[in-house]
Amino acid sequence: MSSTKAEYVTRGSLWEGGAAPYAIGSKKLGMWLFIIADALTFSALLIVYSYLRFATPHWPRPFHTWPSITMATLMTFVLLSSSVTMVFGVLAASRNDRRATVKWIIFTMIGGLAFVVLHSNEWLGLIHEGVTPFGNPWGEPLFGASFFTLTGLHMTHVIVGVIYLGIIATGFGRGKFSSEDVEVSGLYWHFVDLVWMFIFPMVYLLSNAAMGGAH
Amino acid sequence: MSEYEHAGGSKLYLTVWGWLLGLTVVEVLLAYRHLSVTVMLVILVGLSVIKAALIISYFMHLRFERLSLFLTLFPALVFCIVLLFTFFPDAMRLYQLRYP
Repeated sequence: MSSTKAEYVTRGSLWEGGAAPYAIGSKKLGMWLFIIADALTFSALLIVYSYLRFATPHWPRPFHTWPSITMATLMTFVLLSSSVTMVFGVLAASRNDRRATVKWIIFTMIGGLAFVVLHSNEWLGLIHEGVTPFGNPWGEPLFGASFFTLTGLHMTHVIVGVIYLGIIATGFGRGKFSSEDVEVSGLYWHFVDLVWMFIFPMVYLLSNAAMGGAH
Repeated sequence: MSEYEHAGGSKLYLTVWGWLLGLTVVEVLLAYRHLSVTVMLVILVGLSVIKAALIISYFMHLRFERLSLFLTLFPALVFCIVLLFTFFPDAMRLYQLRYP
């Protein structure tokens, strides 16, 4: 059964046994399923972090207004803005405007790289203060383990996303990839942005609040 | 090819971006209020869920997809996350059971 894009978009709202029950391509559906699975992974890690924090009387709170909270806010702005440039990239791709698509994707990649640099700087600051996955100067060793796992997995996603976008931009610029490929990479990028929207308040902003009974 | 564009112009996306930035500023300001942890947690998570919904509906375009896609993906996700919270009350109990 052939299912060109035009065909499954114009089909009626009921699934009649066709090849595209959701009226989207298989790549996009695959990315959505991956995103749901990945969202569960990040939910589990965030819940682990909060669980440990509630269960520990003296959870370390090393995130001060300067530099941590200010930098994390800046990182949030960078990531949100890179999401908007990605949306414009996808819009340009749907118009088949190759040059504009590549330009917007490159802006998105710059945003991603800026995020990685800022976050690495944040990590180095903590490591300099003596935080490792196995201990820290303030007592509770699980702080380092849960913090580095959660933010490290997110940073890995950002780095992978920048590489992914680079491949997509190159391929789309040469006419090898379709606009759907750009849209699918956009879905991934927005998801990475979305995960940070939870890490930022749960890890950084809540650091200001006293918690864990003992305070 | 251009159904993505028909769903909303660049103005819509810039508006959503403005809202997301605004909500972030509200969150940061809120973190410096002396509220009880529970209140702060509820407000911060609530605002984050609103931000996530904005990103999913507009940037990830789910609002303009079929409802069946949303129904396939999200109720299951929410259900699984709720199941993860089954263990959460233990966090408070562990603290009470600890030796000094």
